[in-house]
Amino acid sequence: MIERIVDFFGDETYAIRRRRLFYLVLALIVVADFLVSREHAEYLWERLPGWSAVYGFGSCVILIFVSKFLGHQGGLMRREDYYD
Amino acid sequence: MIDFVHPALLFILGAVPIPFLKETIRKAYLVLIPLLAFLAVLAMEPGSYGAASFIGQEILIAKVDRLSIVFATVFTIMALIGMIYALHLTRPGQHVAAFVYVGSALGVVFAGDYLTLYLFWEGMAFASAYLVFAQGGEKAVRAAFRYLMVHVTGGVALLGGILVHSAATGSLLFGPIESDMGPGAYVILAGFLLNAAVPPLNAWLTDAYPEATVTGAVFMSAFTTKTAVYVLARAFPGTELLVWLGTVMALYGVVYAVLENDCRRLLAYHIVSQVGYMVAGVGIGTEMAVNGATSHAFAHILYKGLLFMGAGAVIHVTGRRKLTELGGLYKTMPLTVALYMVGAFAISAFPFFSGFVTKSMVVAAAGQDHRALVMLALTMASSGTFLHTGLKLPYYMFFGTDRKLEAQEPPRNMLVAMGMAAALCIAIGVYPGPLYALLPYPVDFDAYTGAHVTESLGILMFTALGFVIFLKALDPENTISLDTDWFYRKGARGFMWLAEKPLARYEKAVSDVSETAVLPFLHGSARAGLQLDLNGVDGVVNGVARSILNGGGALRRLQTGVVTHYALAMIAGVIATIVVFAVVWR
Repeated sequence: MIERIVDFFGDETYAIRRRRLFYLVLALIVVADFLVSREHAEYLWERLPGWSAVYGFGSCVILIFVSKFLGHQGGLMRREDYYD
Repeated sequence: MIDFVHPALLFILGAVPIPFLKETIRKAYLVLIPLLAFLAVLAMEPGSYGAASFIGQEILIAKVDRLSIVFATVFTIMALIGMIYALHLTRPGQHVAAFVYVGSALGVVFAGDYLTLYLFWEGMAFASAYLVFAQGGEKAVRAAFRYLMVHVTGGVALLGGILVHSAATGSLLFGPIESDMGPGAYVILAGFLLNAAVPPLNAWLTDAYPEATVTGAVFMSAFTTKTAVYVLARAFPGTELLVWLGTVMALYGVVYAVLENDCRRLLAYHIVSQVGYMVAGVGIGTEMAVNGATSHAFAHILYKGLLFMGAGAVIHVTGRRKLTELGGLYKTMPLTVALYMVGAFAISAFPFFSGFVTKSMVVAAAGQDHRALVMLALTMASSGTFLHTGLKLPYYMFFGTDRKLEAQEPPRNMLVAMGMAAALCIAIGVYPGPLYALLPYPVDFDAYTGAHVTESLGILMFTALGFVIFLKALDPENTISLDTDWFYRKGARGFMWLAEKPLARYEKAVSDVSETAVLPFLHGSARAGLQLDLNGVDGVVNGVARSILNGGGALRRLQTGVVTHYALAMIAGVIATIVVFAVVWR
């Protein structure tokens, strides 16, 4: 069973099905976010449905590009023999 | 009836017979001792044990309360899992080191005074360094020496702080430092922060852990930083500085993880990030925040152990550790993939995995304490955690480009250990009650509200969307990243350059001058002195002696003993006197 699940995520033959499932999950999460109750929300953003999706995506993009910028332009990434 | 058996003793004394046991008996023994220690922790009653007096100071070998019991529980569980993971090793050295390491960590957890704490603290440093040395090879040995140097320096700082602090407060007892944050307390804090890998004191961790042995790294990922979290929670709850250091840490580790190519170094940066949540929780210091930090440490030890075990299994089987050299292993190692992913979901705080019920408690505590910025930063770090440990690492290690590596599942004991950790990660996530019951304060927190579940899933799955879209930008690169170890690695090199070039040149110039000018001058003047002595001084002395001798001889000849000679001399004298008088008084 485990092999089949792992295979589903690795094998090229399931690529299209995988993609469809992924988008379906994304859509379900956003829809569910509109339906849940928010009476305990303390901050403004917590009251906005779909905020977490935007913030998650934004965080991911910021982290990738800020880090790579620091790595390449900021000089953090060096050749492997740098300390040799 | 013995109501308290110190589990540190079980491990440290228990390490002694390991080298002398036959293989099958040794395997049973290695599992038995952690089990006994776990039972000893379960049977513990809160209280103080082993109070004594040493050099006029109060000593308390073991102080048991709710906080120490939580940490001791997870430490003994992890010791059991780690030992099972390491059972296939045939040489006993690493087992002995691991036992001493775990024992020392437990010693710190129960230490009631600073002196006991310090002794076990140093024990941890040396025992864990062995796990890096044991890997062998130049890179590992160098990293191990750096690791040891950093920890010994931190230990010396801690000892200095302890002496100053105890001189100021008059007590060595280890407890909350609330009102009197004197200079000693700050130095103690610095020693603790070093072991917690708080930037800029973090680089020892990401430098050494990837160089450790496959099984050693599993122990290291669990004990050193979490012991530091424990002592912070014990001594410095509610210290404002920790909130900000922890928040920075959480993001710092995530940023570096983007750049990393070595699989265990990436995971090591995520230790920095996750410990950031705990440090921030301790800094916030409310009951909920300390509960959050403690429970997150508990969950972290298990899922981080699992992640290191997964990466270790890949290294054990393929001998490779760089993401640029790995890929396509999912067909040959499906069980490892699945077990690793359980750890990845747990660290990313997916619902029904352990991180979800612990990490969110820290974030919620930040929210309750009206720290919106901290809350947002920690949420952003969660996105980064899933991005790296849940998506990037497994993608490039197990899926991605198929490098046609020969691989199979790791030895069965490794899989069993990973299975145990995975089961606990899921059990805590599904049924957090027992863990919550262990925490130092009563828990009034429910992670499973509709809004919290959809919010977490939104953050995580849309991070996955970003990953899918920008996959190319995340391709690992064949590089290393500069961290604060640059200062001591390059600094040491600069020092060596200073010693070898300018200082050596100066030394050579000085010795040249002394050889070409000073020494010949000294030789010459010594020779001249000798000549002067022989010819001058000795000559004068000899001359005087000789002339006295001659004078004496002459005088002796004058005394002839013949009366006519004396009469003649007297007549000559009278004539001479008359002549003188005649000349002078004329």
